[in-house]
Parts: sequence; C-alpha cells; structure tokens
Amino acid sequence: MKLFVSDGNPHCVKVLAVLEFTGVKCDVKHVNHEERVVPYLSRPALPALLLPSGTHLFSPNSICQYLIELNGQESSDIVNQWLEWEATELQPAVMHALHMVVLQGKGAETPRVLQGPLSYLDQSLSQRTTLFLTAEMVSVADVVLWAALYPILSDSSLVSGNQTLQLWFERVGMLAACVSAAQTVLQGKGLKAESLKTYLQRQPTTHHGQGQVQGRGTQPCNSPEGDDDDCVLSEEEIQSAAVTWGKGLTDLPMVPERQHPILPQEGKRNVLVTSALPYVNNVPHLGNIIGCVLSADVFARYGRLRGWNVLYVCGTDEYGTATENKAREEGLTAQQICDKYHAVHASIYQWFQVDFDFFGRTTTKKQTEIAQNIFWRLHERGFLLEDIVEQLRCEACQRFLADRFVEGTCPFCSYPEARGDQCDKCGKLINAVELREPTCKVCSQTPVVQSSKHLFLDLPKLEAELEQWLERSTGSGDWTANAKQITRSWVRDGLKPRCITRDLKWGTPVPHPDFSDKVFYVWFDAPIGYLSITANYTDQWEKWWKNPQQVELYNFMAKDNVPFHSVVFPCSLLGAQDNYTLVNHLVATEYLNYEDTKFSKSRGVGVFGDMAKDTGIPSDVWRFYLLYLRPEGQDSAFSWVDMATKNNSELLNNLGNFINRAGMFVSKFFESCVPAMALQQEDKRLLAQVGWELKQYINLMDRVKIRDALKCILNISRHGNQYIQVNEPWKKIKGDETDRQRSGTVTGVSVNVACLLSVMLQPYMPTVSHTIRQQLNAPPSVTGTLLQGTGNFVCSLPAGHHIGTVSPLFQKLESEQIESLKKRFGGQQPKTTAQPDVNAQPATTPASDPAAQTAVNGADAERARELTLAVAEQAEKVRTLKGQKAEKTVIGAEVTKLLELKKQLSLAEGKDPEPVLTKGKKNAQPATTPASDPAAQTAVNGADAERARELTLAVAEQVTWGGNKCNELGIRGETMEV
Amino acid sequence: MMALRELSSLEKSLGLKNPNKYCTQGDKKVPVLHSNNGPSLVGLVTIATHLVQEAKRPELLGGSAEHKALVQQWLEYRLTKVDGCHKDDIKTILKDLNSYLEDKVYLAGNQFTLADTLMYYGIHHIIVDLAIQEKEKHMNVTRWFDHVQHYTGVRHHLPPVVVLRNRVYTSGHH
Repeated sequence: MKLFVSDGNPHCVKVLAVLEFTGVKCDVKHVNHEERVVPYLSRPALPALLLPSGTHLFSPNSICQYLIELNGQESSDIVNQWLEWEATELQPAVMHALHMVVLQGKGAETPRVLQGPLSYLDQSLSQRTTLFLTAEMVSVADVVLWAALYPILSDSSLVSGNQTLQLWFERVGMLAACVSAAQTVLQGKGLKAESLKTYLQRQPTTHHGQGQVQGRGTQPCNSPEGDDDDCVLSEEEIQSAAVTWGKGLTDLPMVPERQHPILPQEGKRNVLVTSALPYVNNVPHLGNIIGCVLSADVFARYGRLRGWNVLYVCGTDEYGTATENKAREEGLTAQQICDKYHAVHASIYQWFQVDFDFFGRTTTKKQTEIAQNIFWRLHERGFLLEDIVEQLRCEACQRFLADRFVEGTCPFCSYPEARGDQCDKCGKLINAVELREPTCKVCSQTPVVQSSKHLFLDLPKLEAELEQWLERSTGSGDWTANAKQITRSWVRDGLKPRCITRDLKWGTPVPHPDFSDKVFYVWFDAPIGYLSITANYTDQWEKWWKNPQQVELYNFMAKDNVPFHSVVFPCSLLGAQDNYTLVNHLVATEYLNYEDTKFSKSRGVGVFGDMAKDTGIPSDVWRFYLLYLRPEGQDSAFSWVDMATKNNSELLNNLGNFINRAGMFVSKFFESCVPAMALQQEDKRLLAQVGWELKQYINLMDRVKIRDALKCILNISRHGNQYIQVNEPWKKIKGDETDRQRSGTVTGVSVNVACLLSVMLQPYMPTVSHTIRQQLNAPPSVTGTLLQGTGNFVCSLPAGHHIGTVSPLFQKLESEQIESLKKRFGGQQPKTTAQPDVNAQPATTPASDPAAQTAVNGADAERARELTLAVAEQAEKVRTLKGQKAEKTVIGAEVTKLLELKKQLSLAEGKDPEPVLTKGKKNAQPATTPASDPAAQTAVNGADAERARELTLAVAEQVTWGGNKCNELGIRGETMEV
Repeated sequence: MMALRELSSLEKSLGLKNPNKYCTQGDKKVPVLHSNNGPSLVGLVTIATHLVQEAKRPELLGGSAEHKALVQQWLEYRLTKVDGCHKDDIKTILKDLNSYLEDKVYLAGNQFTLADTLMYYGIHHIIVDLAIQEKEKHMNVTRWFDHVQHYTGVRHHLPPVVVLRNRVYTSGHH
C-alpha cells in the first residue's frame, strides 16, 4: 500500500491526518502536483492511495474511510452524511475561498462564499450535546472536516462568530495527527504557506454556482471529433437516388455467360489482364499472392461484372537454373519438377478461388515458337548486338553461375549481400561480374571470370521509341505511382544493351546457329510467356496480343517486376515491329511483410499458399484480409491479431451482421417475402448514401484501387446497420398499422442494400457473395445490373419477392486460435524430433577436448586450410553418391561426416558453428539443420566444444534421417529470395 | 426532483415494501429522509447507503474494506463530478470512466454495488445523448452501462438506451 501526496495540496492534510490517527502502516510518497499517479484518470489527482489489489483510490474522503475501516471502525449514517456534505458543499466553497484569498487577494470576500457552510456546521454542532461531530469521540468525519477547514480557520482574520465551530476546530486541531499533517503539507503555516499558493496556481479555477472544483474543459481534446460523414447529400441527389431505385431491374442488360475462347469483340471494352508469372519451384507466400494473382483476379472479376470482355491469363514461369538445380536435388528431370510444381501452384490458386480464364506455363512449344519468332524479328531489324561477355564460372560446381547464384558486395552501394542481377538495397541492376568479392551461393567458393559470346538487345537504339510510347501509355492509362516512378528512373539513367542469352540448358533454345548451346535469358523469355500461354488457350491469340486498337492490357505485379514490364519487354515488342499489344495499365503493389518482418521460407516465417487452407480459415476470409491490406501505395504487414480483429469487427459485426439482420427480418417478420416499401425522406437519404458509396466503389475499381474500394463496401453496411438501429423494425413490427408499414419499408430497403452488397463483394469474396445471393434468392440479373455505368442502386428485390433461408455468413476468430496460428507460423524454431534424445544424453565433462577449445578461442589458420580442403572433398563425394542415386543410408553417413567437417572448420576459423549451420540451409546439400538446437547453442557459448559437437551431430543425424523435409526447406529457402 | 425519483427506484429495486417520505432542502434540492426512529438523513448517497442497510443488502456496499472504499469513491464521484457537470467535462468523465472500466465488470470490480446503480442513474442523461460513434469510442462505459440497465430491477424510472452489440465504426480509419 502506498499513499501519494503532494506538498501544499490541502486535500493531503486529510489523508495524512487520518493515516496517523489510525496508525495504519503505509508508505507515503511525496510527488509533484502534476504527477499522474492514477493511471485511469486523464488529469493528475492527488492524494491517491495504491491499494493492495493494484487499484487506486483518488477520493481523499474514500481514502480516509478506507483507513478507518482498516482500523476496524465501521462508518455510520451520520459519518457518511458529514462526509457527503464535506464533498458536495464544504469542499467547493473552501476551494473557491482559497482561490480568492491566496491567488486573488480578496480576503474580504471570503465570508460571503463560506458563510453558508460554516453556519450550517456551527448550528449542527450547537444542536449536539457531544464533544465532536458524531459522538464523544473523534471520528473520521471530524478529522476530514477539520482538515478541509484548516487553511481557512487557522487564519482568525477570516472568520468571525461561529463560536461552537471555533471551539470544535481547536479541539480537533489539538490531535497530534492533525498537527503533524498540517506541518507536513502546509508547514503549519496554513494560508500563508508558499506551497499552497503553488498548488492553487496549478489548479483550474472553480466553477461558480455548483462551485465544483473542476476544469473548464481546457483539456485539449486528443481526438478531434471530426465529422466523418464522407458526403454531404443535396436534396437533388436524394431525389435522384429514389428515382434510380424505382427503376428496378427490368430495363437493364444482363451479363452474358462466359464462353471460351474469349476473343476481343467489336464495340466492347476488351480487357486483357495478366498477373506476373509465379516462378514454378517456389511455393508462393501471401505477399506473392496478393501482389499479383489475387489482385488481378479481383480486377478481372470486377471487369466481368461491369460487362467488359475480360480475358485473364497467367501461368507458371518454369525455365531457369533454379529449376535445373531443384531437379538435381529431387532426382527428377526439370520437366518433371515443373509438372509437379505447376500442379502445386494451380491447386493453391484454385483454393484461393483465383478465376483464371487460363492458367498455363512457359515450357511449351508455343513459347519456343513465339520467343524464337520475336528473336528473329529483332535480329532481322538489327536490334540485337553480339558481344563477348565475361561471366562468372564456379570451378567447384563446374558451371557458369546464373546471376541468382552469385552473391557479393554491391558496386554501387556496398551492400554486402547483393545478388548477381540486382541489389536488394539500392535496387540497381548489376552485372554479376561487377560484384565485388563474389561468392558462389551453392558452395561459397569464389567463382572465376570466363568469356563467352552473347546476344544483346540494343535498348539504346529503341530508347526514343520507348519514351514516346511510355509518354502515351502512362499519360492515358492507370499506372500506379510506383510503376511510373521506377520506370522514369530507369529511363533517366539511360538504357544499356541487355544480354538476352545464357549458358544454360533448361530454357528456350536460341535458334541462331552461332549460339546453339545457349538459351534465352529468363527476362527476355518469361514475359513472352503471356503470349504463349494465351496461344495455348486459343489459336486466335493474336487477336489479343497483336491488336492494340481493340485491346486494353493490364499487367499486375509486385514493384520489383516493374522495369521488365515497362522497359525491357516493351522494347522487345516494339523492336519486333509486329503491332503487338503493349501494356496500357501497369499495376504494381508494394511489399507485404509478415508481422513486421519478411516472409522467409528458410526461417519458416510466414504463411505460404499451401498452408493457408490448413489454418481452417475460409478462403474468402483470407482473400478479404489480404485485399484489405493490399500494399497499395505503401508497404503493409500481415498480422494474425489484426486478421482476427478485422474478421470479427468488419466481417462478423459489420458486414455479416447487417446482411444477416436484413435477411432475418424478412424471414421472421414477413414470412420470407419482401414487404411493400413506402419510402420516406430517411429511406431516400440512405439510398443516396449507399448510391454515393457505390459510385465511389466503381470509380476506385475502375482505377484499380482495390483496397480503397473495399472500404466502400464496409461503409455501406455501416450505414445499413445504423439505419436499422435507428428505425428499429423489430419493434415497429409489434406496433400499429403505420408502425408495421414502417417496419416493412425499413426491412425491404435493408434487404435490397444487402443484395447490392452481395454484388459488390463478388470480386473480393466470391463464395460469400454467392451465398448471400442464394440466401436472398436474388435474380441472376442483379450481378450485371447494379454495376453498369456509374452504378445503379435499383430495387432488385421488389415487394413480394421470396427469399431463401438466411444463415450467418461469418465465424468469429477466437484469440486462442489466432495465438496458436501465430505460434505455428512465427518461425520460432522448427520442431526437431531430435530434441528429447539430445536432452537425454548424459552431460559430458566440460572442456574435455582441449584442441577444440583452442580452436574456439583463437582461429587456427593452418587447420582451417586443411579442413576447407577436406570439406570440399567430402562435399564432392556426397554429390557423386547422390548423382549415382546411392542408398539413403550411405549418403546419410557421408553427409554426417561432411557436417562434422564443416563444424570443425568453423571452429577452427574461430566462428560459432551456428552461422555455418544456417548457411548450410542455403546450400544445395541435402542434410541441413533447421535452426540449431538450443542445447547445442548453450554448450557452444559455454565453450563446451565437445558436447556441442556431439549435440550437433545428434541433430544432424536426426535431420538426415528425417528425409526429404529438410531438402525442401533448403531449396525453398533459396528460391524464396528471388 | 431527480434524486427523489432515484431514491424511489432504488427502494423498489431493493424490495423495500414501505416507501419512505422524502423532502428536499436548499437550492440544490438535496434529498432529506425523515425517519421516526432517529434524526433525519441528508444527502443522496447517505440516504441510499442507509436504504441498502435497511434492506439488509450490505454486499451492495462492497464486501471488503477495499471494495467499500471503491463504492464510496464512485458514489462521491457521481455527486461531485457527474452531477451538474459542465458540458466540457463530459468528455473527461467518459474518458476516465472508460479507462477505469477497461478491466472491470462493475465499478467496484466484479460485484454489482450501489455505486453502479447511482452512477447509472446519474450518467443516464449523458449516455442517452451520445451518438453511436461516441458510444463506441467509450466502449467500456457503454458495455458497463448496458450491463447495469439490464441488471434486474435497476432501470425503473429511466428509458432504456439502445446499445449496439456490434461496432458500427472501427477506430482504424475514422
């Protein structure tokens, strides 16, 4: 228990007097007047008593009563009455008087202020026969009242008369407790205490009349009550909303069924939508999904609802070294790997309900045909250059290193982990040979530079044409700000010829006889995938891709892909001079982080496409939340807690609640039959509000502001909830005829708003949208009608319409569920089955290996060199065995040796073995440890090298026998970063 | 006259059979209870406390010393801060109560007490005028208020205030 007091604060006299009077043990702490001791009060309040339970008492009288109570005295009615009087009558008067005397020097006026309460007290005392206020003994009431009056009554010049009062005052004032409290707080000087003046100066002036000691609301308001009514509706708008409503569904066209193949049509808006092609052997994470496929899906769905002629194509990007490498790891051919992972991708997107018109792949004959055709056309027109290229080759791995397999220091910004093609820090493109201190990402050896002849796209020659086109496209189309900015900076820096060939096998072969052993560089090749995928969808693909007059092209991607879509690929197509359709709208997202960190497969951080469905959270909810946080304009972060909040507040309580209520009223009060509606001004106002939000939605969606448009949907259901709440149809239904009619109108309007919402939701949450329409038994034409033109909020469920069975749409996400998901995907230490075994091992004696000890303490260069060789040898052995498809046990044993050698090496180099293990993950080696075992870690830190080695071995063994899991971890971890 | 109506509602909710006679004194119309077997009692809280004791419901004044003090504190707060509060003070009152109630069901913790009843009576006129958005902003107060108004026998002379169970506004983007 702790009592906080401040000097000069007359309220503190009370509590200190009572504290001493009762003899209760309690710490007393002197603090400043300004100190906010009581956490829940917005203004400082002293004295304050911190109770054993952790709660604070801030009322001086309650503190006094509490102390008395602790002392075993019950308070009586009469004591209560005096305390109540003190608080409500005396205290305000006293504070007012003190203010006048001490601060304003108007001592002469105090009697006027104090006269009432003082005579009342005097009279009460005179009528009593007891020595004190309530009895012959001093009670808490006496002490409290005395303390309240002390500053005033101690100055005899201020009071005259009130004889009985004076006597009582002196009697109580003789108590030792009172004397010492007055001394402590006011230095026994009463009114003249400087500290009292200081205190009063800091208090807000008293209110007259009620005389309360309170501020005048000078407290600045933290949250300005900005009127967030987003629109001011004019009378005309309200009337016109009512007119639109009255039109109904009849005279509006229906959206025709989709018929494949979809081809551009004369007189229609022909919209070709592409999503950046996901790389095949990389399981997409949530950031990948929201960045391209899901965003493009929402837009394509929206376009279809608008009655546009939309084709949405996407597919897996399958060529490249990473695939080759993965194939070697899994003992499959590259094609088999692609087949396998293409299916993985397809099933993930299917689960997310991404409605492609066609989901293809790049490893097809059409790809070869089209890529080679473009190549020849560029070649014929003189847009290709030949040059000798110095390339990095890793002798240990026996191959040229693709850009992504080299890491080093960025030549521009000195970022130490720049990739071979681009620096993650400064974003500049890099030629791998320009990297300082390059290392092979597979074996960490330093690669050598070798020459080889390559082909280049002559970008400088195409620059002028590109700039002209860019000006037109960015001027007329909806390019996101980041897309424009990235493109601008690229062109401003001046274009250089870009290599389009690579020394690889898994790729589209270069048809030129001089380059027969080469394939196209993935960024020349991959965007051509859009064309070839369309060609695999329809033979008439050229109607989409060589038809800029009729077709509008939307490219969706994350911002790192922008230059390839805005500069490199358009240059290929411009140079080919074949009337290609170039991008009109380049839509790039920023990055989505995971709980404020990056998604990382290798660290097990984040949710990956294939795991989302295992969470038990419906696909629609995932879509909703990802779209709600779509990194539109700035990075955003996925958070489990936020996901639960948004689900529970927005989906369950706002949207779901409104739609469910509207439907339930129809089924419960009107036998599932939409009642007649007689619109009043209030209803029309709602129609106008909803109509306004609908227009905003269309406006935003047309410009691909997917995240912002979602807010319009939620605003509508908010308006709807308020409308229902204010009009109380559930009550009015029980009223007279007028009330019942009113109830009918409100219900009818609400259920129509629900129907509109189902359509607006369709791009975001297709299943929920469909469920709502089913529940409302909505006519099929609603989907086409409501979103035509600038939006028409018509009455689509007229009076007499029968709805189906209504049931709740969303489920609450409980915090336990979220916590466990958060843990599961948080990347904390993947489970090692080895752990119990490790712990069961008897602890070996510390410092049993002096050699290792030395190695730990000081780097042993000679030994390190030896070990490096041994590691390389052993690594080669493992590779060979794997190549020969040797038995798992055999490979496992060799891998164990390798790991042991690596560990010794790192010890010899004076490093903590931990980084090596981590590094191992990036390695192509099969046996890698997930984050090292904490026991091993401790042992290492404690310089117990021997034990560390044992533990690490145990872990390594387990992991090896764990089988392919680790393989996957290692590989995905690597490909993730691309 | 509000105080007298409060007292009469309180009598009913306490199940007191014989209604007492009250009058008021002074400009502020402080209620006075005249009783046959003792001196008159003056003051809303004093009388209310007396009635609770008369009804043999001491738990409504708090079980422990600590709870008793909390009950007294909030009864006093009701009288000194809420009653006759200036328009500008309403925000502070709501804000403070809201943060106080963040981890409590009732004013004195988990037990319903007289403090809840009188605070409910006293704050009703404030809550009734709040917009939905303001209610949501002070969610803990709103929750407590709704709780108390549905507490058996409490809401006698006052109209119920509709409280949305779900939030219409979310703090994030307003």
